Amino acid sequence: MEASEIVEKLNLSHPGAVQTVLDRFGQTELEVEVARTAEVLRHLKETPGMEFDMLVDLVSIDYSAFPGWNGRRFALLYLLKSLSLGRRLQVKSFISADDPQASSVTDLWANANHLEREAFDQMGIRFTGHPNLKRLLNHHEFVGHPLRKDYPITRRQALSANQSLMDEMEVRLKEKGLK
Amino acid sequence: MVLSSQTGGPGLGIEEFPVITTRIDAVQAWGQKNSLWPLAFGTACCAIEFMSVAASVFDLSRFGAELIRFSPRQSDLLLVAGTVTFKQGPILRQIWEQMPDPKWVISMGVCASSGGFYNNYCTVQGIDQIVPVDVYISGCPPRPEAILEAVMKIQNKIANPKTTPASQFQVKEPHFDY
Repeated sequence: MEASEIVEKLNLSHPGAVQTVLDRFGQTELEVEVARTAEVLRHLKETPGMEFDMLVDLVSIDYSAFPGWNGRRFALLYLLKSLSLGRRLQVKSFISADDPQASSVTDLWANANHLEREAFDQMGIRFTGHPNLKRLLNHHEFVGHPLRKDYPITRRQALSANQSLMDEMEVRLKEKGLK
Repeated sequence: MVLSSQTGGPGLGIEEFPVITTRIDAVQAWGQKNSLWPLAFGTACCAIEFMSVAASVFDLSRFGAELIRFSPRQSDLLLVAGTVTFKQGPILRQIWEQMPDPKWVISMGVCASSGGFYNNYCTVQGIDQIVPVDVYISGCPPRPEAILEAVMKIQNKIANPKTTPASQFQVKEPHFDY
């Protein structure tokens, strides 16, 4: 199935969800309305012939300092790959600045758990339906989201006490049947 | 030990009267400086450089500091080798507090000493904000010779605690941010 055919089928199954189709250096990029991103991604993963079974990366972007930009402030870029068919696809959805939210895709790809936590930590985008939306890289006393363009890059925040990670350890132990 | 028996005095040399008088703090310092037990707090590439210092070519054991412990309760020389983030800060502080007195700290490399080129939101700009530092080593990473010189300076400081010039050892009170 070629990229144009994927878009055609998506327009049939999810009419109006795909807003634009771009060619990014030879890779197809679909711009999808943020409210419908999760269902489109599920369709891309589960439909035979599409089979995008790998989430390579999830990138969050802050466009507020982008030259000449007057669209929505944030964007999420899902980089998909089909291992069985050897094809790549990018799905992008724009999010407005006030209360940035998106649906979690942790039920589709397990690695979205940490990727979404990173996007939440660094960019402040909340993912509804995420099982454990906590900070991943910064410490738990950190205030703000450092990869936002309005965060001063040298504003440092000291940590007073170490954070126990036993709550996450318990989940792992239970997952592996050790507790 | 070679001591001449022809040193004059009342006529008794070391062979006839095998007693040396000294001060207890001098003997203690002599023992401490020649049996430093380092703890490598390695967080980045400086730790790799420290491994080569401990290995046979540069051979830290020539200075009596080859017994590297990975428990702070058994060591007296903390060697902070690498970048320390704010998330690491309380861990470094706790490890330093777990070390028994007397203890010394070497800040190895620019990242530990000043944050290095990580002038950003997550990196501590010098570990002297967390623990007091005795000797700073420049370099990214430092040459093994620089680390050996730092160990020698620590030894010198242990042997001459009063006469050591303050400018040579930039001992600071920590800010106690943690």
